[in-house]
Amino acid sequence: MCMKIDFEHLQSAHCESGVTSSLLRQSSANKITEPLAFGIGAGLFFAYIPFIKINNGPAIAFRTFPGYIFKRTCKSLGIPVVRKKFSSKQEAETFLLQCLDEGHPVGCQVGVYYLSYFPREYRFHFNAHNLIVFGKEDDNYLISDPIMETSTTLTSYELERVRFAKGALAPRGQLYYPKSEVTITDDQIRKAIKNGIKKNVNLMLGIPGSFAGVKGIKYAGEKIKKWRDKLGLQKAGLYLAQLVRMQEEIGTGGGGFRYIYAAFLQEADAYLPGNQLAEISVMFTKAGDLWRTAAVQAAGIYKGRIGSQEDFNLMGDYLSEIAELEKNAFTALKNIKWQ
Amino acid sequence: MPQDLSSLGKITKEVCYATDSSGKYVKELSSGWDVKIKALDVAWEDIEDRKIKAKQQVLNNTASPLLFFMEYRLMDISLVADYTGFWKWQIKRHLKPEVFEKLSQKKLQKYAEAFNVKVDELKTMNVHED
Repeated sequence: MCMKIDFEHLQSAHCESGVTSSLLRQSSANKITEPLAFGIGAGLFFAYIPFIKINNGPAIAFRTFPGYIFKRTCKSLGIPVVRKKFSSKQEAETFLLQCLDEGHPVGCQVGVYYLSYFPREYRFHFNAHNLIVFGKEDDNYLISDPIMETSTTLTSYELERVRFAKGALAPRGQLYYPKSEVTITDDQIRKAIKNGIKKNVNLMLGIPGSFAGVKGIKYAGEKIKKWRDKLGLQKAGLYLAQLVRMQEEIGTGGGGFRYIYAAFLQEADAYLPGNQLAEISVMFTKAGDLWRTAAVQAAGIYKGRIGSQEDFNLMGDYLSEIAELEKNAFTALKNIKWQ
Repeated sequence: MPQDLSSLGKITKEVCYATDSSGKYVKELSSGWDVKIKALDVAWEDIEDRKIKAKQQVLNNTASPLLFFMEYRLMDISLVADYTGFWKWQIKRHLKPEVFEKLSQKKLQKYAEAFNVKVDELKTMNVHED
């Protein structure tokens, strides 16, 4: 059997915004770039949940909940979406084949632990990775994974295994794609940008509780100052390493997604000039730079080069400074009187 | 744009967003950054430590081989429960060597599948990296 949809692989920084951008390429005539998908989908976030552990370390997120970006971006642009989860592996494959047969490239949520083309060092039980299936040749599915330089393949067994990975955020075979080809106009894009910004402002400034949004960044900074005494130097180093991985690892575009968001605002400025978006973009670039300065400080600690209480204090202070900077940036976005 | 070679960098370069000299954002390719390569190394050193400690506990007969395989496959009890269909309290019992030794072939088979190893590997802890 051989089925191949005409589909051009596109490498991106982040899996879900990359998949979204790729799946909307035809409808949008290449206009929905990865940063636009990320910003329209209100992808920027921060949360530190101290009472949950992930891989024996702190639970930290720099982006919104998995699935949110595709859903919001399509909704904002008025694109109907097909999204399905399955209880049966058999049904999940039959439905996928049917989609391919109808000519739809399909987004799939997968776990990375058994993703065979990933290097072993990157395979954790992380279930919110996204890729596109765009065909099948013999027993091999043709895969466009946005973080890879070129398209790749998975056998039907390998694909089934990652689609039915277990644990937190288990994909349960979830697949999604835009239901029909609709033409996206520039006016729709402008409206969607405003919508996405408003949503992201609410997430970062308005979310209740102390664990999330800009308040969450400050809160994490305060907690980090206590890690040395509470956890001991080695474990505190391990925790900081996990923070840096969530922030900088593959899929973030660098600086905890802040650079992608800055790129989004720059592109948004071209659609909506006269609203200071380019200036506010610079503030997010600064935030990204400061996240990276903090990462260098953290690395000093987990490399064992530094490790005094003052070093932890400085690390915590960097996060307070970032919280202030991002608060100002989101407040500036909140106060825009759209021209 | 940092270009330190990471284990991923040997397979694919990753996209990062960065500003060019005029301040405009462009997509650039990076093969890695020393700061995050070390962060990943630290995480794996910790996993190796846990594996060694778990193996020793099994050899000392204070834990069943399940503990070693949980560290080996980076799984906690609730993830093992999801993959095997056992309840968490059952798995906690099976972590005791004397209980593990009496497990039926069928139950062992479930664990072997969850850890993606063979039943005899489950007992000897001799596994071949894949």
